[in-house]
Amino acid sequence: MLRHAVTDDSVVVIIGSGAGGGTLANGLCQKGFKVVLLEAGKHQSPATFRNEEWWAFNQLAWLDKRSTSGTWQIAKDFPNLPAWICKTVGGTTVHWAGASLRIQEHEFKAKTNYSNIAGANLLDWPLTLAELEPYYAKAESMMNVTRTNDIPGLPGNNNFKVMYNGATRVGYKTVHTGRMAINSRPLDGRSACWQLGFCFQGCKSGAKWSTLYTEIPKAEATGRLDLRPESMALQIQHDKNRKVTGVLYADKDGNHQFQKARIVCVAGNSIESPRLLLNSSSSTYPHGLANSSGQVGKNYMRHTTGSVFGIFKEPVHMYRGTVMAGIVGDEAEPNLKRGFAGGFEFETISLGLPFTAAFLKPSAWGRDYTDLLEQYPKMAGMWIVGEDMPQETNAVTLHATEKDAFGLPIPNVHYDDHANDAAMRKYAFKRGAAIYDAVGAVKTVETPPYPSTHNLGTCRQSAKPGDGVCNKWGQTHDIKNLFISDGSQFTTSAAENPTLTIVTLALRQADYIADQSSKKNL
Amino acid sequence: MKRREFLKTSALVVAGTAVAASGLINVAGAGEWTGRLTTLQPHEASTLLAMAKRIFPHRGIDDSCYLKVVEVLDANSKSDPAVAKMLTEGIVALDGSGGAKFADRNENDQVAALEAVQTTPFFLKVRGIELESLYSNPAMWKAFGYQGPAYAAGGYIHRGFNDLNWLPDPPESASPKPV
Repeated sequence: MLRHAVTDDSVVVIIGSGAGGGTLANGLCQKGFKVVLLEAGKHQSPATFRNEEWWAFNQLAWLDKRSTSGTWQIAKDFPNLPAWICKTVGGTTVHWAGASLRIQEHEFKAKTNYSNIAGANLLDWPLTLAELEPYYAKAESMMNVTRTNDIPGLPGNNNFKVMYNGATRVGYKTVHTGRMAINSRPLDGRSACWQLGFCFQGCKSGAKWSTLYTEIPKAEATGRLDLRPESMALQIQHDKNRKVTGVLYADKDGNHQFQKARIVCVAGNSIESPRLLLNSSSSTYPHGLANSSGQVGKNYMRHTTGSVFGIFKEPVHMYRGTVMAGIVGDEAEPNLKRGFAGGFEFETISLGLPFTAAFLKPSAWGRDYTDLLEQYPKMAGMWIVGEDMPQETNAVTLHATEKDAFGLPIPNVHYDDHANDAAMRKYAFKRGAAIYDAVGAVKTVETPPYPSTHNLGTCRQSAKPGDGVCNKWGQTHDIKNLFISDGSQFTTSAAENPTLTIVTLALRQADYIADQSSKKNL
Repeated sequence: MKRREFLKTSALVVAGTAVAASGLINVAGAGEWTGRLTTLQPHEASTLLAMAKRIFPHRGIDDSCYLKVVEVLDANSKSDPAVAKMLTEGIVALDGSGGAKFADRNENDQVAALEAVQTTPFFLKVRGIELESLYSNPAMWKAFGYQGPAYAAGGYIHRGFNDLNWLPDPPESASPKPV
């Protein structure tokens, strides 16, 4: 296995191997860069995945302790698990459901288009859809997204049939099996979807795109990638010239190592990325790296979510087949008449019996609840995913007293729903129930948010250095050889599942790093 | 009494009426079952069994599913003294200082006693462990019509992923045929 020397200061160190980090690693390796990819989690494969919800959760999820505060329901239901994301090679691309949607043009200009919303720290992205379009196209092609590049959509499962009939009966027009980074036919050396129903547990058929078995092995094939699993980044260090010099990390045996670097790219997801910058404070940067704006960790977004489950007279068996089997796109269009800014998608969701029991009503017990659970085979499910408002007080901060296994403060995730978020969720719950009522639901259940899978915005892009952490290339305003390469870059959350945009930004960032390096600017 | 007979007896009780099911376990078969536990005392095990049945009560479910929950609680007690202490103290509090012990009360009284402690770490621990153990049990999956792991059977692409027939099929533009 390839090893770059820890003293080799010509390497690019990337922290995190998910949608952002894994994609960037391959992008840079293909261009001739030497890359060290630090990943906190272990190296699994489709062969080691298991079709069991709790087992897979314990295998893949990021379970290091985190604390929560704020009025969001998560702080009550899952006080030490604010996020349902992964600690494994491939990051959360192992767990994601595959929905691959482009952010819409108006969403890049939320501050301009949503007028002034009290309490929201809105900002326009420093880039436009037009600038991103070539990279979106590249990402869709690379990931073999269905309904792009003449790739047919996936066949809909039972859960989608219920959604489709209900949604069209209440008048929705854009209802189909989605744009999915799941092979609808064999492509890229991977099989077509088996309709396993375990997208969240790691796709054993390999039909779903994940950096684990696409970008990372492609990067390894260049002979330039040094992937280091079970390597937890602890601190990014810098010199007197305000350039970062490398990353201190704990290896799989817990030993501290310092890997020198010419460039450091942070892609640890929107909780760990700001945590690492805050934990890297120094006498030069007493408030953390790249934090002259004070915005590191701020404007944490997690999408306005919730689920609606419908119970019917006849069987559905929602768990058969892809988890996100279809989408209703109509509500993603701007429409202020609904009483809130921004839009949302309805996407089918299914859970196995273990997670249905865990999440349908998170604290429930007793006979009313078990009577509901006994309707399991007759349930259909949908997830709401909508734009939430950035608020400066919604933030990832360092816990005042609690430390992790390495002696570093654990992250606290604070979130209060904005009035706009609450209004959107209330409206979406009602409309979701109407979809199921239109096809004869006996009962509908409003399920509160799951621990966040879409963690965004804690190191946001901004045109002006005072408004955010990085520029439109993800390069931090303060330190030119330090980059943000994950969803923490998001200036606003938009209504779309974020992975495609994270991949797109990573592909674009790879080009930028290559360009700036060739011009001797990096 | 052999374990098989014991399970049969108690399952019948569960299927018939929930009243005093755990009381029967106390007199019949408890010795053999609790003898396999490493840390929990027989009375603690019977109380936790009664509690597990009230937290997620399902009719017609084999008692072995609930016994398994108590076995997991026992294993947790063994590996973590703090859990053992929490369970022991929680059970004492649940039994109270007079009248019938928790396990010997009727359903309504048991539910009322649990409602009074439902925000305590003790209750949350038992509920949390039961939630994971009970609904991960293949016997429960079968009873619920959940088919569990799908990989070995080739997924559902040829096993009914789109077999719902009480609604019309969407047009191919919305839902293409499988390749």
